Amino acid sequence: MKTITIGGKAGDGIKAAGKLFANILSQLGYYVFVLDDYPSLITGGHNFNKISFDKKPIFSHYKETDVLIALDKKTIDKHKKELKKNGIILYDSNSFSYKGAIGIPAQDFVKEVGGIKIMRNVALLGALSYALGIDFKIVKSVLKKVYPEKADKNIVIAQKGYTFAKENVKQILRLKKIGKPKEVMSGNTAIAYGAVRAGLDIYIAYPMTPATSILHYLAKNSQKFKLKVVQPENEISVINMALGSAYAGAKTMIGTSGGGFALMNEALSLAGMSETPIVIVECQRPGPSTGVPTYTSQADLNFVLNAGHGEFPKVVIAPGTNEQAYYKSAEALYLAWKYQVPVILLSDKHLSESLKTFEVKNLKKVKIKTSNGGKNYKRYLITKDGVSPIAFPGTKDSVVKASSYEHDEFGITTEEPEVVKKMQQKRLRKMKAIEKEVEKLEAVKVYGKGKNVIVTWGSSIGAVLEAAKGLKNVKIVQIIYMLPFPKKSVEKHLKNAKKIVCVEANATGQLANLIKLNTGIEIKNKILKYDSREFEPIELLNELKRWLK
Amino acid sequence: MKLDTYAEITWCPGCGNFGILTSVKNAINELIKEGIPKEKFVIASGIGCHAKIVDYINVNSFYSIHGRVPPTLTGIKLANKDLVAIGFVGDGDIYDEGISHLIHAAKRNTDITIVVHDNGVFALTTGQFTATSPKGFKGKSTPKGSIENPLNPIKLMLVSGATFVARGYAGKPEHLKELIKKAVKHKGFSFVDVLQPCVAFNNTYNFYNKKVYDLNAEGHDTSNFEQAMKKADEKEKIPIGIFYETQAQVFEDHFN
Repeated sequence: MKTITIGGKAGDGIKAAGKLFANILSQLGYYVFVLDDYPSLITGGHNFNKISFDKKPIFSHYKETDVLIALDKKTIDKHKKELKKNGIILYDSNSFSYKGAIGIPAQDFVKEVGGIKIMRNVALLGALSYALGIDFKIVKSVLKKVYPEKADKNIVIAQKGYTFAKENVKQILRLKKIGKPKEVMSGNTAIAYGAVRAGLDIYIAYPMTPATSILHYLAKNSQKFKLKVVQPENEISVINMALGSAYAGAKTMIGTSGGGFALMNEALSLAGMSETPIVIVECQRPGPSTGVPTYTSQADLNFVLNAGHGEFPKVVIAPGTNEQAYYKSAEALYLAWKYQVPVILLSDKHLSESLKTFEVKNLKKVKIKTSNGGKNYKRYLITKDGVSPIAFPGTKDSVVKASSYEHDEFGITTEEPEVVKKMQQKRLRKMKAIEKEVEKLEAVKVYGKGKNVIVTWGSSIGAVLEAAKGLKNVKIVQIIYMLPFPKKSVEKHLKNAKKIVCVEANATGQLANLIKLNTGIEIKNKILKYDSREFEPIELLNELKRWLK
Repeated sequence: MKLDTYAEITWCPGCGNFGILTSVKNAINELIKEGIPKEKFVIASGIGCHAKIVDYINVNSFYSIHGRVPPTLTGIKLANKDLVAIGFVGDGDIYDEGISHLIHAAKRNTDITIVVHDNGVFALTTGQFTATSPKGFKGKSTPKGSIENPLNPIKLMLVSGATFVARGYAGKPEHLKELIKKAVKHKGFSFVDVLQPCVAFNNTYNFYNKKVYDLNAEGHDTSNFEQAMKKADEKEKIPIGIFYETQAQVFEDHFN
């Protein structure tokens, strides 16, 4: 396992460099994980990413670094201490000078071909590729793929960096092609992709970090995916528009973060009452309030579980890797439509925006039985499992009435206590049916065997899986379904454990509390992180060792 | 065609909503006769006295929540643009709670019709001032009179880009029916503010009966934006009819 750190100011193309290099590595057949760390500003500040790669699947970045690529001096000052013993530093020597580090005249190379300043990143990546012993042909092919329109200049600049390094940098690795090229994908792209594969018709969102990249990706690819993508005036409009489109038969997903989700709560309850299917992606960031907008957190679990006034069935799913994000996004769409309920897909910045190798199978389109309506059609027909046949407006000879008010089977407002009770029972029966269905799905994922158990959820699984490589006799239990809670399965895996440690990125141990609420099992050992940054495997391993010794 | 449902009508006797209900049912019936299949109609409402109207008309409906009718209808049209979407909203509903949605729906030129039951009061919550209550309005939350000036909905919609802007009066159901038919037939965002007396909290029948006049009968040029803005300012006599009408590309037609 090796790690590259690339840093500079916002506007230096740090994110792009990370993505580009992850693609070069995966082209060689390596598994990669890329953390993208950036503050809430557009130009300046300090952005960096960590690209960790290995021959075997890798689930997290590591802090310790083999190569540090610096587009500004601050990057070296901040990250020098993370450099491994034989690590090297490559930097743009046209911007500053630094003793003991290897200067690459990146700015000169850019000027020589009449490029723009942001292309310095490519000059340094050229030099880096040489230092790692990568064949330039690979670099060239990736540049062509990533920048189809401006590949030529970038290739020349990368070549100049590569050639310069040949004479000035000692190769520290010789990375050869070790396998088939792999795909690299962010969690958000995976969420979007999974939903599209499952048959998404419409995506609606108001921009909010860290959910925005779903909107960007789907807007860019809307033609290809035959998808309608809309950005309305606010999150309240987002969810109400989505309920309108779902009522009229379109599979609709929306995306936001905690603050936006707060605005959607009124209509979340409407989805519950009107039994309108909807998938809501909630990408957590640190709160309360505006909080730390471009960093990560798992503190909205209680919030989404309890969201919406009144009592109605809903589903909360928290994938932890980009592959899970892909499958669970499709599953969310399926459950929403099968049971006509709101489904919340709970992500977080670290899952949503980190890149990881992505290996998945093709998904089938979600197929839902719909009703042909007819003169006696009742939108809210009382059934055994609570699910009423769904028909859409426009169906011949049918009247489809949806309502936010308590209503009778046809959809007309009622205040009769017997009807109110019957309808409430009908809706809640759907939850029983969902519980049964979820038992057949991957609601809990267990890794390894052992007497000690690490419980975790969401993106924290990545660092846990990496840290566990340094532990023996340990079982990892990742809880994916938060609602309905997979009580039996969790109980089974926890009850005979010698020691249990819960790892999550919030200050109050929300998952540990949820486990206690559902199973009575109290987890005293909690590793909680709430400094707005994600877990790091080595730091986590040290803490785990202390708890589990 | 009978468009009634079995729901018991619970508006106060004499409520302006009856005039609106009659106008709407007649308009839909005539549009069905003119060739729009009944199942293509979708109506939606917010929350308030006005909103009960969806229970009283036997066509597809979405009884939405307070202020959110424009996005609900926009979503319906996004999913299926062949549907004919008519929204019923209250003045508190749409000029207070949901005003941003109204403005943006007009700006987008979504092909929907919004009918505002504008009675100048929150009635179902037993009488508080709304955005169109006159200054000095004495309600339960403003016992000494409202200190705020009212909005001018017609001007607001004109500057927001609405492509069909009209005002009707619940006391003139035949005129209102024609307005609603024209609004529905108009391709683009249609806005009809309906002056609606509230017998319980803001009885304006006598006031409006004396003041309203049909501006279209007096040769108003509905293609003239400036003239429409001037007409929207008239207070001594109150113009009803179509203020402005134009054609522009419709929001949902931008999508494949």
